[in-house]
Amino acid sequence: MASDQQAAQITTAAEVEEQATSEHKKSFRDRGTLARQQERLGWILVVPVLVVIAIVAIYPLIETFRLSFTDTRLASIREPNYVGFANYRNTLDDPQFWSSMQNTAIFTVATVTLETLLGMIIALTIHSNFRGRGIVRTSMLVPWAIPTVVSSLLWEWMFHDRFGVINSILKQLNLMDESTFLAWAANPSTALGAVIAVDVWKTTPFMALLLLAGLQVIPTDVYEAAYVDGASKIQQFFHITLPLLKPALLVALIFRTLDAFRVFDMIFVLNGYALDTMSIAIYTQQQLIASQRIGEGSAPAVLIFLTIGTLAFIYTRLIKVEEG
Amino acid sequence: MKRFHPNPVNNLYRDAVNGRLSRREVMKRGTALGLSSALMGTMLRAESIGAQATPDASQPLGYTIPSADDLQAELELSTDFAGTEINWMGGADGPGVAYDEAVVARFNEITGMQVNYLMGAESATDRLTFYLQTMAAQSSDIDAAQIDVIWPGIMAPHAVDLSDVLQEGHFQRIVDNNTLNETVVGIPWFTDAGLLYSRTDLLEEYGFEGPPETWDQLEEYAMTIMEGEIADTPEFTGFVWQGAAYEGLTCNALEWQVSHDGGQIIDPDSGEVTVNNENAIAAFERAAGWVGGISPSAVTGYMEEDGRTVWQGGASAFMRNWPYAYALGQEEGSAIADNFTVGQLPSGTEGGESAATLGGWQMFVSTYSENQEAAKEWARYITSQPMQKSRAIERANLPTYGDLYSDPDVLAAQPYYEDLFPVFSEASVPRPSTVSADFYNDVSIAYFTAVSQILGGGDAASLVENLQADLEDIMSEL
Repeated sequence: MASDQQAAQITTAAEVEEQATSEHKKSFRDRGTLARQQERLGWILVVPVLVVIAIVAIYPLIETFRLSFTDTRLASIREPNYVGFANYRNTLDDPQFWSSMQNTAIFTVATVTLETLLGMIIALTIHSNFRGRGIVRTSMLVPWAIPTVVSSLLWEWMFHDRFGVINSILKQLNLMDESTFLAWAANPSTALGAVIAVDVWKTTPFMALLLLAGLQVIPTDVYEAAYVDGASKIQQFFHITLPLLKPALLVALIFRTLDAFRVFDMIFVLNGYALDTMSIAIYTQQQLIASQRIGEGSAPAVLIFLTIGTLAFIYTRLIKVEEG
Repeated sequence: MKRFHPNPVNNLYRDAVNGRLSRREVMKRGTALGLSSALMGTMLRAESIGAQATPDASQPLGYTIPSADDLQAELELSTDFAGTEINWMGGADGPGVAYDEAVVARFNEITGMQVNYLMGAESATDRLTFYLQTMAAQSSDIDAAQIDVIWPGIMAPHAVDLSDVLQEGHFQRIVDNNTLNETVVGIPWFTDAGLLYSRTDLLEEYGFEGPPETWDQLEEYAMTIMEGEIADTPEFTGFVWQGAAYEGLTCNALEWQVSHDGGQIIDPDSGEVTVNNENAIAAFERAAGWVGGISPSAVTGYMEEDGRTVWQGGASAFMRNWPYAYALGQEEGSAIADNFTVGQLPSGTEGGESAATLGGWQMFVSTYSENQEAAKEWARYITSQPMQKSRAIERANLPTYGDLYSDPDVLAAQPYYEDLFPVFSEASVPRPSTVSADFYNDVSIAYFTAVSQILGGGDAASLVENLQADLEDIMSEL
């Protein structure tokens, strides 16, 4: 029904356009000049942005590619040499690279899945009408509004084995005593779960917000029609909400997947260079800065770029298929 | 607290931290500057911390700095550089700032020079990154800088040789650590070393005669005390140390290795990697056995302050830490004040060698400085014996002159220094930063990563074998 309406609108618009052109056939040549002028103005307005992008994004990218084939060191008087693909070979041979890749993959899949599911539930809840909706919607955003470093330090103390509130609560519930107190972030078996939990706590509101925006553009008459046709709430969700939400959902997934893949600050503050939670971005930073290996560290940086590029490509294809 | 250039907000922050301003004054000036209430809240909190940390409120800060005449009689500082301006960068630990400013003022008064004190980043790693970037740009903005004990190798290419202003009487190990190819990269300024903190009240209660002298004894004492205390204090633990994967673990593990006769990580003379040996492996395995036993299982995430809070709360029998924890433990309100002692870390066997990883700070002069001779004069002044004595009394920074550990004025202010002398004269072990030069960070990362895996239950023999190969790779790149 909605698409019919849309099609009707488009026809009308086209007709109007056609009329307009026929009416102003005389001034057609002038219009061409105007279009060209506008195009030129457009370019002039866009150029500063392109220059900025070239300086802050394209130049560093090319420079990183170049450095990844050298043995340049940070602030060193050693002459850099061209080393071919040696940095890539070393990186791919490094078990730490693979363990941090694995951590990052687990982290990304787990956080994005949980954040999408929880974000969806929250978005649906807030989308419905109830008293105090405004307050809930605002307070929901608090974790997202806290700077990452602050929330990481906050969680560091909550995870602490002696003074942490989590162990304390589990003790109140008689699930733990002092002898079994866990250092959630330091213990190898719980460390990755702990950082996932922090990220889910922090970023679910963002996911919910994006999905809520998607929900709000779905017209209500579609639901009314479905209601009249006798569709249950669950049928409505799977046959109306989800398909119509898909574009918003895909955009949200792109944001979150790419964000999760290059996670650095939260894990670094919480656990530093600990191997159990080392993400690929922390691995790269360790190579680049702590080890002063600008050349060797650029290789994993390029690999991250390629991986994220591939992920972004797959997602945009998915959206295109959706639109097509 | 990454401050560099003085500006009204930074000045206000500094004055607030130093406790020079009343709360009202902070509020008034803060409001005038249009600061947020959150920032002012931080300043006010910092103010009260600053006030607490001032050791003796009845004495003005800097009262022990010798007079200009006394200093001139001893040091004969040159006045040839009057009017010259030099910049030196140091740390910025709250109450220390005011003292350092008084030190600068006295030097300016004597020499007529204009020394500017630039406050570097609080984190040592951040400050090193800043130095490296400044040096890479061959900038003359910094004439002199405070450098960590592990940086001489990294900073050597940018250093002025300071051998002609190095005075007699420093601990030889610290001087050696600062010397590369006969160039003195830094002059020892104050020092640090790993120490064993023991609860004297508990040792007595459980019938032990004194602090443990061997690691076996430490394990036995810790277990006995822990089993006894746990009934009343369920969170009580035996021994806390620094087990997180960072530089601190390198310091701890080096102590285990050396005290178990495991030699050095890298031989300082030949540059040969010597970590893969039975004694070192046994030492790491012993430490892995502490995790979840006499030490909390969370110790593998502990840095200095994590362990110190447990210790100072009275919940641990022993602690490995740096000397700074002494003054804090004696503070008013500390659960363990007057009930603990410090001394050497245990040795592997009875009568064997004890080891304490060397820390501390040096003064460095940049080769890109346009006023090198003036900067060297400054370095000579601030690292001199009379100035280190003053610093020991007021800031509790450990001197690098052995004589000061028996100086009556110093001992009156810091009585525990007497026990520390043997640590610095005999037990201190430098990390292999001089021999590995600008690859030291790589060496340290490889070392603490391997040890961290062993503490987490990894197979020590194979991990140390891999570590040996990794370190050989790194050293071959030198």
